Amino acid sequence: MTDVHALSGAYAVDALDDIERAAFERHLAECADCRAEVAELRETAALLAATEAVEPPPALRDRVLADIATVRPLPPPVAPPRSRRRLGNLVAAAAATVVLLGAGLAVWHQPWEEENPTIAESVLTATDAQSTTLELGEATATVTHSDSLGRAVIVTDDMPPPPEGKVYQLWFDVPGEGMVSAGLMPVATDQTVVLEGDATTATGAGITVEPAGGSEEPTTPPVAVFPFDA
Amino acid sequence: MEHLRPVAGAPSPDDGASGPDLADLLRRSGRGDEAAFAALYDASAARVYGLAVRVVRDPAQAEEVTQESFLEIWRTAGRFDPARGSALSWLLTITHRKAVDRVRSAEASSRRETTYEQRNQPVAHDATAEAAEASMEARRVRGALANLTEVQREAVSLAYLGGYTHTEVATMLDLPVGTAKTRIRDGMIRLRDALGVGS
Repeated sequence: MTDVHALSGAYAVDALDDIERAAFERHLAECADCRAEVAELRETAALLAATEAVEPPPALRDRVLADIATVRPLPPPVAPPRSRRRLGNLVAAAAATVVLLGAGLAVWHQPWEEENPTIAESVLTATDAQSTTLELGEATATVTHSDSLGRAVIVTDDMPPPPEGKVYQLWFDVPGEGMVSAGLMPVATDQTVVLEGDATTATGAGITVEPAGGSEEPTTPPVAVFPFDA
Repeated sequence: MEHLRPVAGAPSPDDGASGPDLADLLRRSGRGDEAAFAALYDASAARVYGLAVRVVRDPAQAEEVTQESFLEIWRTAGRFDPARGSALSWLLTITHRKAVDRVRSAEASSRRETTYEQRNQPVAHDATAEAAEASMEARRVRGALANLTEVQREAVSLAYLGGYTHTEVATMLDLPVGTAKTRIRDGMIRLRDALGVGS
């Protein structure tokens, strides 16, 4: 039983912070035991919720039913072709991160499910994708952005962990606005992360080391800057 | 109505005395069946709303969380996979995450702790079929909770029903950082076993 398994309970009841959740979801993608345990503990939590049942106000029902009348249900996931399997795994890990960074995105989307195509895959394979790769000591980091999709993705390799109590934060350099947060990077050496926000107006992306939880604006000089070609 | 349930053998709504089959209602909702969705709402709204109220405390915000959750449930109903767990667990996982997102956003935190005690009316036990079912379940769960150590019970309750992170729970319970997550897991596992969830 390693440390990371021990997070299953806190994960099942949403008691991890974003960084820990990202790390644990990467683990979940590879650990069937933890997936089974999380599923069981979520069943257990659902029973716990029974102790709190409260009848909602009747008007809420009308509002909910009015809401759904104007929204189209998403299609079910369709199994990707076999040949995409390997990419699918990569993408699944990326998708886990997307879920975390994109607040309010897909809770139903479990990281071990293959989804096609994810934002990361779409950006990485876009016809107008442009990449900048930097060597950061032993590590390499590549930022790829697609103007047509308006999104950017960072792929890291051998990235050292941030200093104790710190996180890597991603930024877009937006003319007229300065550095705009594009989310926090989960702690993991190799990963694919979709930057939060619109990449089309940005002239570049950067990484800084920030206190845990991130900052409103960079508080340290960037460890890497990725210029976007116009 | 025996069925395979690979990850979880939780007593599900459909083997309860009265509840409709939530999984079937979800499947039909995924195909755009609004009547099925209305039935799903009627069979689960007290638990969804109750959980939202418990976590966010403010009834107005709990209504918003409930509304957002059901909209998400409708949109993504086609992605529910009964092989991965029960429909109720799926609904409440969505709800809980939304509630937690709400309280952890800076804007909401200042409005927390408002008027829960005064305005939260526990459901009348005979109000609906769902409420009756939930109240039976609740009795069983309270019995199981009594088997936890006090620290486990508080850790589980602060984390799931309070919406706090394990680090916050550690501080609240004066535990060394890093041990609260173990208490939460131990407590949840003991509850799982006492309630007969899983194999």
